[in-house]
Amino acid sequence: MRLAAKSVGWAAGSRRIVQEVSLEIAPGETFGLIGPNGSGKSTLLRLLAGLLARPFGAVLLDGDPLTSLSRRDIAQQIAVVEQIAETSEALSVRDVVELGRTPWLSALAPFGAQDRVIVAESLAAVDMADMAGHSWATLSGGERQRVQIARALAQRPRLMMLDEPTNHLDIHHQLSLLRLVGDLPVTVVMALHDLNQAMRCDRLGVMEAGRLVACGPPEDVLTTARLASIFRVRATRLRDPADDATVFRFQCLEE
Amino acid sequence: MTDAAAPSGFRRSFGLWVTQGPAVLILAILAGVVIGETPLPLSTVAAVFANRLWDAGLILDPIDAGIIWSYRLPRTLVAAGCGAGLALSGVVLQALVRNALADPYLLGVSAGAGAGAVAVTILGVGGGLLGISGGAFIGATLSFVVVAALARAAGGGSAQLVLAGIAGSQLFNALTSFLIAKSANAEQARGIMFWLLGNLSGVRWPDVMLAAPVAIIGFLICLWFARAMDAFSFGVSSAASLGVPVRQVQIVLIGAVTLMTATMVSLVGSIGFVGLVIPHAMRFIVGPRHARLVPASALAGAVFLIAADIASRMLIPGQVVPIGVVTALVGAPGFAMILVHSRRRL
Repeated sequence: MRLAAKSVGWAAGSRRIVQEVSLEIAPGETFGLIGPNGSGKSTLLRLLAGLLARPFGAVLLDGDPLTSLSRRDIAQQIAVVEQIAETSEALSVRDVVELGRTPWLSALAPFGAQDRVIVAESLAAVDMADMAGHSWATLSGGERQRVQIARALAQRPRLMMLDEPTNHLDIHHQLSLLRLVGDLPVTVVMALHDLNQAMRCDRLGVMEAGRLVACGPPEDVLTTARLASIFRVRATRLRDPADDATVFRFQCLEE
Repeated sequence: MTDAAAPSGFRRSFGLWVTQGPAVLILAILAGVVIGETPLPLSTVAAVFANRLWDAGLILDPIDAGIIWSYRLPRTLVAAGCGAGLALSGVVLQALVRNALADPYLLGVSAGAGAGAVAVTILGVGGGLLGISGGAFIGATLSFVVVAALARAAGGGSAQLVLAGIAGSQLFNALTSFLIAKSANAEQARGIMFWLLGNLSGVRWPDVMLAAPVAIIGFLICLWFARAMDAFSFGVSSAASLGVPVRQVQIVLIGAVTLMTATMVSLVGSIGFVGLVIPHAMRFIVGPRHARLVPASALAGAVFLIAADIASRMLIPGQVVPIGVVTALVGAPGFAMILVHSRRRL
């Protein structure tokens, strides 16, 4: 599946949040969106998922504009895991994951045996099968994030969008969640804050003040000059002798 | 809540609703017909039904037959329809607005109905063509349009709808009070107050022909959108990303709520707490999933209002207590209990 954005943008009133972003996501790749706070990463993700009203430009899913597809058609292909997921309903973990089957069900095609299998597989994929009966309200931040990913998996999407999925997680859960996401058999687009984690993506897009200012493989995109100008940090490239991977060390640049 | 056997358990409980729900409802309606100031034995009730439905030609006291067929039966059926309609309205609004305090009167419908009724009785709006019910229906719909437009102008979020509802209610309530203070005599004011508190005494068969279809259509619409309402658990944006056509679903469901609430309020006046308490109580018993919550709330609302109507007739001998007073007397403490209990559970 191919997702392409053609000069997309969005404005809140007269304030342009995202402008003139064009990019193409290749099937199977893991694409990371990075940028300082307020640079428009979340808004761009929601634009790419067709969740914002009155967008500029066009987002094409396999050549069809999202605006020509029904919400149901889009949800069968694109699953979204947002930064904040809150509910006041007393839902169980399984209830939440079952919501992922919504785009495939109708009054004439009710929840059936196959859906039950998919829900069980999705719970197992994030290692939450034992907690299926637990109440959502009692889960920790990391558990909730995993359950939301299981819900997204239950949609059986071809593309998954995640908005800062490692937020609020401890370091172990951050790494295991990124490995889980990397192993998924789907195309992934995610907004990330940690630039060392972003190094693991196939390609990165850099957002600054609502524009996509760079796009390409992590080594090409994360140059010392760009890190200084956009993120206002002095970056030193280091090599980890354990696996020869590149890691950054950052120092604050004075104004 | 849901255990490992949830799917089969769900099917079993669903089967239970289909078979036992109507049975419970019929029992409640029978109770509503039998119990009253003049207790009438079931055999008389059966004979009246036999005469009416199959022309059995049994000999009966015409007064007993009249009480049962023309007075208690339509009254009980309208109570059932109103209870179901108000409870369903509460379920829908709590799902869409994602606010535990959402109930049908949130949309200003009750206040609008009151203003409409007052406009007809005191100002003579409609030149006698509109009854008090017609005026109430128009007022209810009008106030909802005002509230919805205000919420939309304020940005269209659920918090905005709640605030717009409060503003709309205050406006229409003030209008009602103003009209009463300005032009009503004591007799008219008393009549309007009595009507506003909920009153089933004047209900006859034509009212049943309005309440029953509206309740049934509303029920079917809610059941059809049960899964969509589940998808609103994590908010509007999450519902959209799950494939729910949010705008259409909101329009259809809010339309159904307006139709149900405006119809019921125009028939019997404003009856509080049913739309608020019944859905919360049922969430507690059958869980938050709407495939179960919708039928459970419709049934419980119907049975609750039949019981409240019986109580309103029996509490003070020789006098009818407004049914809205009964539902509030039971509903307020009931709601408090649910609040305390649900907090302990978290």
